[in-house]
Amino acid sequence: MSSNTDFLLAIEDLTVSFDGFRAVDSLNLYIEKDELRVIIGPNGAGKTTVLDMICGRTRPTSGSIKFKNRELIGMAEHRIVHEGVGRKFQTPSIYENLTVFENLEVSYPKGHTVFGCVAFKRTAEVVDRIHKIAEEISLQDYLEVEGAFLSHGQKQWLEIGMLLMQEPELVMLDEPVAGMSQPERELTAALIKRICKGRCIIVIEHDMEFVSRIAHKVTVLHLGKILAEGSMEEIRNNPKVIDVYLGH
Amino acid sequence: MIFAYSPAELWSIFVMQGFAGLSLFSVLLLMALGLAIIFGQMGVVNLAHGEFMALGAYTVYLCSTLVANHAPKLQPYYFVIAIIVAFLVAALAGLLVEWSLIRFLYKRPLDTLLATWGLSLIMQQSFRSIFGAREVTPTLPEWLMGSFKPTPNIDIPINGVFVMGLTLLLAFGVWLFMYRSRIGLQMRATVQNRTMSGAVGINTKLVDRFTFSLGCGIAGVAGAAFTTIGSTGPDSGSRYIVDTFLVVVFGGASSLLGTIASAFGIAQGQSILEFFLEGTAGKVAILLTIVIVLMIRPKGLFPGKIRTA
Amino acid sequence: MTNLALLALVLLVVLPVGLPIFRLNMVAKYLTYAFVALGLVMLWGKAGVLSLGQGVFFGLGGYCMAMFLKLEASDPVSTKIQSTPGIPDFMDWNQITHLPAFWVPFKSLPFSLFAVIAVPTLAAFVVGLAMFKRRVGGVYFAVITQALALILSLAIDSRQGYTGGRNGITDLKTLWGWDIRTHHAQYILYFVTCVLLLAAILFSQWLLSGKTGKMLLAMRDREDRVRFSGYDVSMFKVATFCFAAALSGLGGALFVLQVGFISPSLVGIVPSIEMVIFCAVGGRTSLYGAIYGTLLVNTGKSLFSENFPQLWLFAMGGLFIAVVVLFPDGLAGLFELGRKKLKPWMEKTRNKPSLPVGLPGTVAKGDQP
Repeated sequence: MSSNTDFLLAIEDLTVSFDGFRAVDSLNLYIEKDELRVIIGPNGAGKTTVLDMICGRTRPTSGSIKFKNRELIGMAEHRIVHEGVGRKFQTPSIYENLTVFENLEVSYPKGHTVFGCVAFKRTAEVVDRIHKIAEEISLQDYLEVEGAFLSHGQKQWLEIGMLLMQEPELVMLDEPVAGMSQPERELTAALIKRICKGRCIIVIEHDMEFVSRIAHKVTVLHLGKILAEGSMEEIRNNPKVIDVYLGH
Repeated sequence: MIFAYSPAELWSIFVMQGFAGLSLFSVLLLMALGLAIIFGQMGVVNLAHGEFMALGAYTVYLCSTLVANHAPKLQPYYFVIAIIVAFLVAALAGLLVEWSLIRFLYKRPLDTLLATWGLSLIMQQSFRSIFGAREVTPTLPEWLMGSFKPTPNIDIPINGVFVMGLTLLLAFGVWLFMYRSRIGLQMRATVQNRTMSGAVGINTKLVDRFTFSLGCGIAGVAGAAFTTIGSTGPDSGSRYIVDTFLVVVFGGASSLLGTIASAFGIAQGQSILEFFLEGTAGKVAILLTIVIVLMIRPKGLFPGKIRTA
Repeated sequence: MTNLALLALVLLVVLPVGLPIFRLNMVAKYLTYAFVALGLVMLWGKAGVLSLGQGVFFGLGGYCMAMFLKLEASDPVSTKIQSTPGIPDFMDWNQITHLPAFWVPFKSLPFSLFAVIAVPTLAAFVVGLAMFKRRVGGVYFAVITQALALILSLAIDSRQGYTGGRNGITDLKTLWGWDIRTHHAQYILYFVTCVLLLAAILFSQWLLSGKTGKMLLAMRDREDRVRFSGYDVSMFKVATFCFAAALSGLGGALFVLQVGFISPSLVGIVPSIEMVIFCAVGGRTSLYGAIYGTLLVNTGKSLFSENFPQLWLFAMGGLFIAVVVLFPDGLAGLFELGRKKLKPWMEKTRNKPSLPVGLPGTVAKGDQP
């Protein structure tokens, strides 16, 4: 077994089968700290499934996922979150009945147990943090608005904000700009680039322009396997990728 | 306990208990078949299922009284027809209930639970007001009475055999219907993928209505069958509703095979336990076993794929 | 605060003054059911978990209290005509000659009081842990709780020697020497029940006001997201289930003190589902609604039973359907509706300026405590 101390996230030989159908096939993926990796690929390539396996939602059939050299497979979802993994879902997944402030407060990484919750105090530290993050995601004027009344783009930002509250070291964003307008996309790109320091980020996206704006490295998945890996330039000119995905 | 009997007696006991177990199996399966369709396939929790059974039983009773008063010559023949009538009456009632209540609650299973409980109360009280609080029995035809004895120690009641035969027939019929008929295909399609089914032209609302009525109709037949082995009162239905649900859930709600296996296992288990522990303790033991197994394996014996409503 | 004041006024002043002790005792009985309804507001209304077996916990608490009271009433002097004096009468009838082991600790009042809360909570903990860790929820959970209610009532029923069987435990007389059957005692017990109920409401409100309340709301709406925010959702459900069980157990014990007996008929499927309807009529997310709902439904039940017994089941069945189809928010919902309709009228008469125009989408919080 190779030493993985250099990589923040090391996925080796990851495979998952659903009823005989191999959604992900012997995948190897290595991501370093401060890296922003974008995963692209046609629908059904297995992108979301990989994220599902990292955060514990789906059990892989075989393989290993090491985060900070700790094996994540088999850990309960909430434990994986405590390890420092944060995930944003494809469809905005915020608490519609709570305000923006409360959404962020609930994501504060203290008071996760039942008694911790009961004893939780809204200290100045918590409030400070919430305000800082709210500014980061451009929602500082919307703190008292209920989640249900935010626009689609704002909900995406809120979800990213909720992730940031947890101070994760691995951030996984599944289609963060889906349904956003162009100016919103620019803001989101800037946001994602800002939060990259000190963490590694995995983004799944379809918007190539957005990808080229943010990616350090791009991985192309096809039928559960890696088709190509490299910088955006390299990927754009890769004949295999054009064949399968980019050039219709 | 066991050692007090001679081997021959023990054998007879096992045969008779086994038969009693088979009898209980057919009863449980009859009750569970209708519910397996409604709950297992549609995900609708119908706590009034027992009352539809009672409806079937009361229908047979009515037929019996009508025949006795107006056409006594038909006495030996009416029973089979009465069963068919019971099916129709229960199915019709099911249709009415689906149209007026259930169809508004498909996306809210917990609310369906409460609403159908309310329905069961209303139905129970209706039975009580119409037929009285005392239990009634239809006059059973001659050919159902008595038992036959293959050996001096073994006593097999004929009505038990009748119920078993009816159950097998019904189970086969349900299987045929669901897996070999066009309507059954539409039903399964709707349950597995409602949107697509609608898109290919299946009238999902009608299919739902039909499925629910069918489940209720089967319950009616079950009730008719029970008149051969017991009397019927206003709360006969509620007596076994929990058992029926457990049978369906234990087998893996969406699997017909699971329901059959589960009914068999539970019936035999209960029958044996009831013999060696006294009466209610046996029932408690089997219920406890089922619940514990469900806690370990919540999806039941034969978990199918989960469908969303 | 006004809701609390209003309820306190009704319970502590209006009812005791306006009703004869006979009726007040009935209200006291209904209030013990209200404990269960309160627990259900937390469990079902807030956490989204429907339990059809709260009768189990009500019964466990009740039986713990009844066992203590029965032992006290079965002292060797009053039972000297039995073949074995000093043990409860139903044990004597069943030819039991010495007190079964699990009865012995209930000779102590402190233990019994402790058991009233601890036994239901422990039972809920075991059942809850087994089910919620396995992600059993929704309808499956509801059906299994029904099965548990059936199992417990059958188990109690079948062991007449140990539990009093179908008739239950009756002929209870004194609590540590204090006769609980006198009118005087009934008044005191009534006020004790009210105070405990109000305390339970306040405690629940306190729990809900902090992060816990938001967590339960979040869990109910988006369990997945909560899990991926680092919370062990199953433990929250277990905790809420235990809380509801403890409240129900307390209610059961108070019931025994005021009504003077307990039987399996309070433990099984039917009473458990009835307790759900009390909560639903009040408006399942409203703590105060649960109390009013319980009082309303039970008063209706008494009225019908006394005057039109044939109609009661129709009415109750209809109530179940109506609450689900027409009034999902129950009394609390109607109350809110009324308040919203009155608001513009009230503002016009007071000439108040309209509310300041807020940010896009600013709305007033409509979630009643």
